[in-house]
Amino acid sequence: MSKSLISIHDFSKEEILHILSVAREMEADKSQKLLDGKVVACLFFEPSTRTRLSFETAANRLGARVIGFSDVANTSISKGETLKDTIKMVSNYVDIIVMRHPLEGAARYASEVCDIPVVNAGDGANQHPSQTLLDLYTILETQGRLDNVSVNMVGDLKYGRTVHSLLQAMSHFSPRFCFTSPDELRMPVEYKEFLDMRGIPYTETASLQEHLCDCDILYMTRVQQERFSDPMEYEKVKDVYRLERAMLEGVRPNMKILHPLPRVGEIADDVDDTPYAYYYKQAENGMYVRMAIIACLLGYK
Amino acid sequence: MSEKNTQLKVSAIKDGTVLDHIPAQNIFQVIDILDLSHAKNPVTIGVNLESKSLGRKGIIKIADRFFADEELSRIALAAPEATVNIIRNYEVVSKKRIDLPAEVVGIAKCSNPMCVTNRQAVTTRFKTIKEGKKVKLLCHYCEKTTEEFIPLRH
Ligand SMILES: [Zn+2]
Repeated sequence: MSKSLISIHDFSKEEILHILSVAREMEADKSQKLLDGKVVACLFFEPSTRTRLSFETAANRLGARVIGFSDVANTSISKGETLKDTIKMVSNYVDIIVMRHPLEGAARYASEVCDIPVVNAGDGANQHPSQTLLDLYTILETQGRLDNVSVNMVGDLKYGRTVHSLLQAMSHFSPRFCFTSPDELRMPVEYKEFLDMRGIPYTETASLQEHLCDCDILYMTRVQQERFSDPMEYEKVKDVYRLERAMLEGVRPNMKILHPLPRVGEIADDVDDTPYAYYYKQAENGMYVRMAIIACLLGYK
Repeated sequence: MSEKNTQLKVSAIKDGTVLDHIPAQNIFQVIDILDLSHAKNPVTIGVNLESKSLGRKGIIKIADRFFADEELSRIALAAPEATVNIIRNYEVVSKKRIDLPAEVVGIAKCSNPMCVTNRQAVTTRFKTIKEGKKVKLLCHYCEKTTEEFIPLRH
């Protein structure tokens, strides 16, 4: 097993499957005191309540204690302490560091300046590998398999890091893709070339309705304002898709709707009660996957 | 114009290294990378010389200095077509191309403003990707591709 989890690319297919099978054990037995006496640092250099709570709960359920901060106001970092100094200091206190940072590559750098495992809980627009692993876990859980799954990705496919990482991770499992996005937010060429090189088929459309009925996973994403440098570009595309209950007639019975959450308007509330909505369970799965990540990196599974 | 005539435009050296076929617009990058502005040996620089393959090329002659391959591979980003001539007693005793290293450390700047290497004191590290005559750099930290080589200032 790799020492740290920085990028989904650092994990082989076997390592990914190992994490997913440990996560299944965690879901079956939600309180395992594997990490009694261990201390986990959760360092959030930019706030993300959702991700932080998920990691902190995961650590607590394993019996570990958690220290850290949820944003940098009132810390020595706001007084100009370097990332290296913060990481070196904290790494002497704890057994593993979970960190989120606005700079891309920050987690990789942190893992190189200390001797304990580092889990990347998001480095700017770059990687968020625990999200990718929980997406894979949820696909496996809902479809009973990871191989030959048809995934329709919807929304911001240009800036959305979750779809890029998921696309690359799924490439191990002979998927087929549909990319549903407005013209301004299409999947970047480099990712399509990545699929072409591996012979993985994909189609592109601007219409949400077009490929609703021939996919196993409908992966909805939010258009994130903070990724846009041009506010006009954001205004044009922010409300482009809205999935409603009435649109789901004729979808595959096994079809599940995933969303990394939070949603803004792209999934109507009336979808929540359909058998296809799976985003709340997906968020819950995040905790089991994060339990598995922390336990595996500390050598317990 | 023959190779011999071009050579004559820059004074000959007795012993040392001649770096030829450097794109004229990148010659100062090469000088930077090899830190030649601080060299003690005589350095002769020729710019905007005619070249069949490059249009306008540059030449750098460094007297009494011989570089390790590792040192020379650092200029591959600025001059992927460059040739290295080793001169002994006014004769070219060896002539070779520069190999593109698989990884470059501490030479190039990442073009991503949100990259940790541009905000903290982190040594840059890139994988090189050759596409035709162009070299792209894949950042070890932010995982973004830099298309244009931007040298780090010393
Ligand atoms: Zn970078």
